[in-house]
Amino acid sequence: MAPKLPPQHSLQQSSTAVAGGQSHHEHHAQPKGIMRWLLTTNHKEIGSLYLIFSLVMFFIGGIFALVVRAELFQPGLQLVEPEFFNQMTTMHGLIMVFAAVMPAFTGLANWMIPLQIGAPDMALPRLNNFSFWLLPVAFILLLSTLLMPGGGPNFGWTFYAPLSTTYAPPSTTFFILALHIAGISSILGAINIIATILNMRAPGMRMMDMPLFVWTWLITAFLLIAVMPVLAGVITMMLMDINFGTSFFDAAGGGDPVLFQHLFWFFGHPEVYIMILPAFGIVSAIIPTFARKRLFGYASMVYATAAIALLSFLVWAHHMFVVGLPLTAELFFMYSTMLIAVPTGVKVFNWVTTLFRGSISFEPPMLFALAFVVLFTIGGFSGLMLAIAPADFQYHDTYFVVAHFHYVLVPGAIFAIMAGVYYWLPKWTGHYPHERLAQCHFWCSVVGVNLTFFPMHFAGLAGMPRRIPDYALQFADFNMLSSIGAFFFGVSQLIFVLVVVLCVKGGKKAPAKAWEGAEDLEWSVPSPAPLHTFETPPVFHRTHPSE
Amino acid sequence: MRSPWRWLLSVTFIASIPQAQASGWNMPVGVTDISRDIYGLHMTIFWVCVVIGVIVFGVMFYSLFRYRHSKGAKAAHFHEHTSVEVLWTAIPVVILIGMAVPATATLKNMYDTSQADLDIMITGQQWRWRYEYLGEDVAFTSNMSTPWEQIRGEEPRGEHYLLDVDEPLVLPINRKVRFLMTSDDVIHSWWVPELAVKQDTIPGFINENWVQINEPGIYRGQCAELCGVNHAFMPVVVHAVEEDEFEVWLAERKEAAEQEAMGIDREWELAELMERGEAVYRAICSSCHQPEGQGAPPAFPALANNEQLISDLDWHIDLVVNGVSGTAMPAFRSTLNPVEIAAVVTFTRNSWGNDTGDAVQPSTISGWIAQ
Repeated sequence: MAPKLPPQHSLQQSSTAVAGGQSHHEHHAQPKGIMRWLLTTNHKEIGSLYLIFSLVMFFIGGIFALVVRAELFQPGLQLVEPEFFNQMTTMHGLIMVFAAVMPAFTGLANWMIPLQIGAPDMALPRLNNFSFWLLPVAFILLLSTLLMPGGGPNFGWTFYAPLSTTYAPPSTTFFILALHIAGISSILGAINIIATILNMRAPGMRMMDMPLFVWTWLITAFLLIAVMPVLAGVITMMLMDINFGTSFFDAAGGGDPVLFQHLFWFFGHPEVYIMILPAFGIVSAIIPTFARKRLFGYASMVYATAAIALLSFLVWAHHMFVVGLPLTAELFFMYSTMLIAVPTGVKVFNWVTTLFRGSISFEPPMLFALAFVVLFTIGGFSGLMLAIAPADFQYHDTYFVVAHFHYVLVPGAIFAIMAGVYYWLPKWTGHYPHERLAQCHFWCSVVGVNLTFFPMHFAGLAGMPRRIPDYALQFADFNMLSSIGAFFFGVSQLIFVLVVVLCVKGGKKAPAKAWEGAEDLEWSVPSPAPLHTFETPPVFHRTHPSE
Repeated sequence: MRSPWRWLLSVTFIASIPQAQASGWNMPVGVTDISRDIYGLHMTIFWVCVVIGVIVFGVMFYSLFRYRHSKGAKAAHFHEHTSVEVLWTAIPVVILIGMAVPATATLKNMYDTSQADLDIMITGQQWRWRYEYLGEDVAFTSNMSTPWEQIRGEEPRGEHYLLDVDEPLVLPINRKVRFLMTSDDVIHSWWVPELAVKQDTIPGFINENWVQINEPGIYRGQCAELCGVNHAFMPVVVHAVEEDEFEVWLAERKEAAEQEAMGIDREWELAELMERGEAVYRAICSSCHQPEGQGAPPAFPALANNEQLISDLDWHIDLVVNGVSGTAMPAFRSTLNPVEIAAVVTFTRNSWGNDTGDAVQPSTISGWIAQ
């Protein structure tokens, strides 16, 4: 415990409490083999299941992306037919959003929220097991649609009606069922996280003492509960249109295709913040640790996160600037969208100011967190450009948009997840990740991600639409660069798998407090964290009484 | 290949050479007042972002370099500063207001579709555009003319690969043209970057947009909203001409339309119908039902050796005239004229092994439509 570095939690988690907990649990017959994992109610084991599932899906979604990039390497149709190409773009988006990024954050939440607030487990452990095991069911079902007659979903991850209803392949009903199951999983997970955070904090820990990862996840969980039912509603309306003769979205029956987009994006815009707010929390833990300096503006970080979450309900139609909204609606959504730049800017300024006059070292988690700040901000800049409604008439549905959201999702959300994994691996496994290999993974990823996505800005501005399997000749060079970058990035991720596997098997031993500047409660339990922790709540002290 | 790294670097380098010479890195300035305004907004917000980026990343990289733990840096203890925090909340607000003012003015201008000199109905269909000069009795569909052999790489690709059509939209310069936009099937989006017009065409809705072109020329764009399997093959080409040239063109099209109308009442030979029908089939039907009529089941049924089609002429005509609700088959009663429908029905009944010998007459079709 470095006395100069507040917040100074008292790290009184006694090793006797841990040991006592273990002996207590030895009375239970622990199921062996697969049943252990099917029946587990332990937050750490479920967290690991989520993370492994997410990693597998990250590679499956990545292979779909590489099919897309391989076809786009040159003009013309070489490898796949347009029909299959559309299935690949759609499945890539769906898998990455719902099966890779979201479960990765839920996995980190499962592992770390109880450890960060000093709770023995999640509030609802059996529900926790159920919410995880819904996911493999949902995504095996979704992937199986690729093998069905007529192929899988081919209408983009935004599945706009009527392309996804009247004109959709027969497998769409299974796509809807899969998304329903995944949605239920998310809602149950969110309920569990809220219940845990509100009820199970260590004695003495107030809301404004919580680490930012806990705060951002609390807000994310409320977003999930608010919008996943909207998604469930809209896909149920699709189900009715397809199978029961309704006309919610069928203009020929008096329905309204634009209604679909309003409902979808009322879910979809908060959804994109669901995928970035926990990332803010992770970065807000890592930067102070490796700058050896307390996070600048803790309170304003909390308020900015809440402001972003509230604004996310008021900006959905900026995805719809060219559908023919009335002028007043365009203006409202342009102004509200521009406003999001303010709290987002506050966060970036806070991170940079935390670095200012710190004592900075560059361990692998820090490298990823710093790349996050730079590259996420670049994605934020293109987001600000997209908010300017008149200019969006040119940007909309082009590769400029593809570049934008990949910058906030790949070096944004995914780099933050990787930063978090490198940061907490010592706590999970008791070993430090191999530093050289992790650095190699970092530099390959940074080069790959920029080579893939930066040229897409130019392709989009020059006029290349999204979701096309073939393109005019003036876009050829940009696409070739993107494809080379994508394969480079994809192969680089094998290094990540190697680092994680090596770290589980062995490596330099990590102490309880694995990083010199780390402050939160998780560093008070041994590394690796035993199966049961904090069965006796730790006493939380603070030396800086008011924030 | 000695080293994959060297290979990667050389490919990257070679690929970047033609790019440096060609334009096409940035949004086109375009040829309308609005496209210039939008380009101006785009460049302004871009430079605002660059300046903010230089400052923020400047401070960040300075800190990373200056306050290294390895160089013995000792961390300071500050973690709050109210006036700084208020300042960096307020300054972005001021910048954003500065951006919102010109953006609002441009947007208002874009939405002013009043007092147009010419109205054109644009209808998106899988996968072509239909243009109707309202009040002028001129209407036609515009299909991609890039041959499939170029897409498959069986012959060299032309200069305007994927961006060529059989019939471009012809517009006069210096006149305000209003577009009324809708769709017959799924959502499409009509986009020409140099005109800065991108507008979704949505079934059941009529959207409005407008353009006043300052310079004659040929302007190319594409469908921007995923609309199914041939979304990439749905280009837009606008041919902007001097006003008097436009009047001449319009008069010619009107006369051709009258000629066509006279053809409805006369008796057509089988060979004549087959020739006309093949052209219509290639332009309209082959994207779904495939060049050899083999279809792409289950979405697009085969026409070749289709028993029901061969045995039931009335059913066949009804299908083409009225479409099949709930499927991708549109009603062609208003998008093709009776001659074209008669010709294409005749063609499909006498091709690829279908040998009914039927020569369906345009007069039969016009009677069918009148019912």
